[in-house]
Amino acid sequence: MSTSGPPAAADGAPIIEISGLSKRFGDFAAVDKVNLSVERGEFFALLGPSGCGKTTLLRMLAGLDLPSDGRIRIDGQDMSLVPANRRPVNMVFQSYAVFPHMSVLDNVGYGLRIDGGARDEIRRRAEEALELVKLGGYGSRRPDQLSGGQRQRVALARALVKRPKVLLLDEPLSALDAKLREAMRLELVNLQETVGITFVIVTHDQSEALSMATRIAVMNAGEVQQIAPPAELYEFPASRFVADFIGSVNLIEGRVEAAENGRIRLACPGITAPVEIEQDRLPAVGTTGWLALRPEKIDIAKEPPAEVGLNRVSGVVEEITYLGETSVYHVRVAPNLPLIKVSSANLDRVTRRAFTWEDPVHLSWTSSCGVVLDR
Amino acid sequence: MARAPIGPLEYTRRTWMRLTLLATFVFLYAPIVTLVAFSFNDSRRNIVWRGFTTKYYERALGNSELIEAFVNSLTIALLSTLIATVLGALTALFLWRFRFPFKAGYEGAMALPIVIPEICMGVAMLAFFAKVGWPSGLPWPFSLSAIIIAHVSFSFPFVAVVVRARLAGFNQELAEAAQDLGASEWRVFWDVMVPFMRPGLVAGALLAFTLSLDDFVITFFTSGPDTVTFPVKVYSMVRFSVTPEVNAASTVLIALTVVLTGAALWLQFRQEKKDR
Amino acid sequence: MEDWRRGRSAFWLIGLGPTFWLALFFLVPLAIVWLYSFAELRGLVDMEVTGTLDNYARALDPLYLDVFGKSLAFAGLTTVVSLVVGFPVALAIVFAPPRWRPVLLLLVILPFWTNLLIRTYALIAVLRVRGFANFTLEWIWEQSNTLLSLLGLGSYQLLGERFEPLELLYNNTAVVIGLVYVHLPFMVLPLYAALEKLDRSLIEAALDLGASQWRAFLTVVVPLSMPGIVSGAILVFIPALGSFLTPDLLGGTDSQMIANVIERQFKSANDWPFGAALSFLLMYLTFAALALRAFVARGRGGL
Repeated sequence: MSTSGPPAAADGAPIIEISGLSKRFGDFAAVDKVNLSVERGEFFALLGPSGCGKTTLLRMLAGLDLPSDGRIRIDGQDMSLVPANRRPVNMVFQSYAVFPHMSVLDNVGYGLRIDGGARDEIRRRAEEALELVKLGGYGSRRPDQLSGGQRQRVALARALVKRPKVLLLDEPLSALDAKLREAMRLELVNLQETVGITFVIVTHDQSEALSMATRIAVMNAGEVQQIAPPAELYEFPASRFVADFIGSVNLIEGRVEAAENGRIRLACPGITAPVEIEQDRLPAVGTTGWLALRPEKIDIAKEPPAEVGLNRVSGVVEEITYLGETSVYHVRVAPNLPLIKVSSANLDRVTRRAFTWEDPVHLSWTSSCGVVLDR
Repeated sequence: MARAPIGPLEYTRRTWMRLTLLATFVFLYAPIVTLVAFSFNDSRRNIVWRGFTTKYYERALGNSELIEAFVNSLTIALLSTLIATVLGALTALFLWRFRFPFKAGYEGAMALPIVIPEICMGVAMLAFFAKVGWPSGLPWPFSLSAIIIAHVSFSFPFVAVVVRARLAGFNQELAEAAQDLGASEWRVFWDVMVPFMRPGLVAGALLAFTLSLDDFVITFFTSGPDTVTFPVKVYSMVRFSVTPEVNAASTVLIALTVVLTGAALWLQFRQEKKDR
Repeated sequence: MEDWRRGRSAFWLIGLGPTFWLALFFLVPLAIVWLYSFAELRGLVDMEVTGTLDNYARALDPLYLDVFGKSLAFAGLTTVVSLVVGFPVALAIVFAPPRWRPVLLLLVILPFWTNLLIRTYALIAVLRVRGFANFTLEWIWEQSNTLLSLLGLGSYQLLGERFEPLELLYNNTAVVIGLVYVHLPFMVLPLYAALEKLDRSLIEAALDLGASQWRAFLTVVVPLSMPGIVSGAILVFIPALGSFLTPDLLGGTDSQMIANVIERQFKSANDWPFGAALSFLLMYLTFAALALRAFVARGRGGL
């Protein structure tokens, strides 16, 4: 097992290559012609709402479901139809699936016993794995004596002890309470760095994906919408779905008036001032574009901004959501537009807020703060 | 791909599993189907199919002993079901409602008729009636009294189990609501509990009826030459002369049991739908 | 649940009927038989309860020990065969599409609802020399012979000169077949109930860790469905042990089981004391089996 430090970037071929993968149940396509690849040593996340096909995709990687179409190559070998017990891939199940009729040590050693080998060697490796997940000394306990979080560690140790090429995790944090979830997030990332194995996790929680993964694939209705590292996904979503799914976003419809030299001019009904955004990808003039602005990137002020110009609009505060560290102001800028969400840190006490319900306010943003989406 | 590949847990799609399932069903049904089929076979030796006929049914109908045995069986079943349902319901109520010393022992005793081998019970009833000097030669239907008593004894614990299962789902608040509105204990029982128990009572009664109708061993020991029941008569026919008449008589009994069981299941299904 | 002292009148009103019936028409008869087991014959029909243990001693006679042994063996074999046949059936039903499950279960239970006597009798038509089973085997024999002739091997008479029908009736084989036939549904139902509750991700986890299908079955499915297996075994073993009709109709002269011997004592041999002793020995065996089951259940720590 390698020492600490972030895993080496893609050296050589990807460890997983999926091409044209589909899974159909009758007429319904749970996974629809998916292409993606996972690099060695990555912490890869499959993110999407329930029913988007991410779990089905994971199970096909594990070999627990077989594809209707397409190929899966693992470390260069076509493993599309290879049964689960012959793949160099191990899974941590959502329910952990720890065998209730075996002790913790027997659970962890199960896969090793199948591979054969000396009993002491198996025992040593199993105990080593338990140390790795901070359950050293728990070997003789039985699963019903453990908490949910502990059982998850047993499942982790059990999967890792076989040194698979890829570790799959199905919604690993969903069953844990909030505090434990936060702790486990860090632990999983550290574990992955220590062990150096490629991790693929499935989650519906975007903050989980953003905080843990090196690259995320956002899925919807069986298709992959975008694959990118977290920051790129957040700052440069490829579609309205992705923009809306990751974090909070304001989507304002408009017509592309000009698009050249890395700048786009958008005419948005309801916003009188021109909207100009810096962007590499230039949509065609005359088409519909959506301005995607994150709430925290909009400035909200009582006084209008000093220079008159672009990227601004004024409105009235209709709703305030107090979140402790921030407040989200819902501003009505035009009768036909949805409320614009602006989030602002509560730098001072709430009673000394500059503006409150029904106050007029001025919103502004810079040209590098948003993106224009064409789908 | 022509058809979706078989997943690791889809056992039922594997050929050898399907073959096993098929073979088992053939094993279970072939004898019965053969028996029913040959009751219509126009051949005395019922090996080769010679033609469709219902003459054996006619002969069975014309066999006065057989008819008498059938009537006896029905009478016994009806009367024993009546008594067994009442006793079973009382037992279920008793065990559901009260806590008392030695209750575990009482429940064990109540379970004995279910657990005990039939022959032991048959023998016990025979010994009992002999020792007590149960009168014989009574006019019908009192001549069937010994058999009826024996049937009640072994079937009412089954009724109790069924009714008790139903009672377990009773929401005590219904009884409390009735009491709150002024109902006496007796009224609570009739207005609230009995309607709730009804599906269990019906299911239990049907169970007792089939148990009584089908019983052989216990009846064998408690019946006499002039109080023959249907299964006992069929037994002597089977033992001594295997003719298609036996097939015909058996088919009738099968049909009867299937219809009754179907009715019980359908009622239960309807009840479950209502409960949802 | 209320304490009996609080609802005294209701307590007696409800409880009297069943208790009286159970006592008079069940426990008393059993007591009478128990007493008879300690009685001696005086003349053709009279008995006197003398407290003798002769009847029980006679049961230890090699002749009767043999019958007990055979009954235990039959019941045991029936249980094992039912388990081996019933497990795949239960497995197939549990993993069938949900639409099919109630139908398949019903199909398995339906034969159980028909009369035992008739089911056993129906087997006779199948098992006898000129019966269904032999017919099928003969048909297979003829087809194989035709095939062999086509291959030019006809003159060698590889399958024998003529078809020799199997003696499937009036012997021990018939009894075991009959017992399995009658009791199979009792094995399938508890197995189905236990397998249905099994967490399928446990099987998937075993496969994921490299176990073959067979190994996953042995190390995960079987241990976790043990309560169902034990229930099914008891539900088959006990009735099979006390079985009367099946050995009576299907067995040969040396296929007698305990129930047949008991019946003879009471019906033709008129040796009631001995029959009584045998009955109680059968009951004790039954209780022993039940106790064993309870012991095993407790030992597994309520898994």
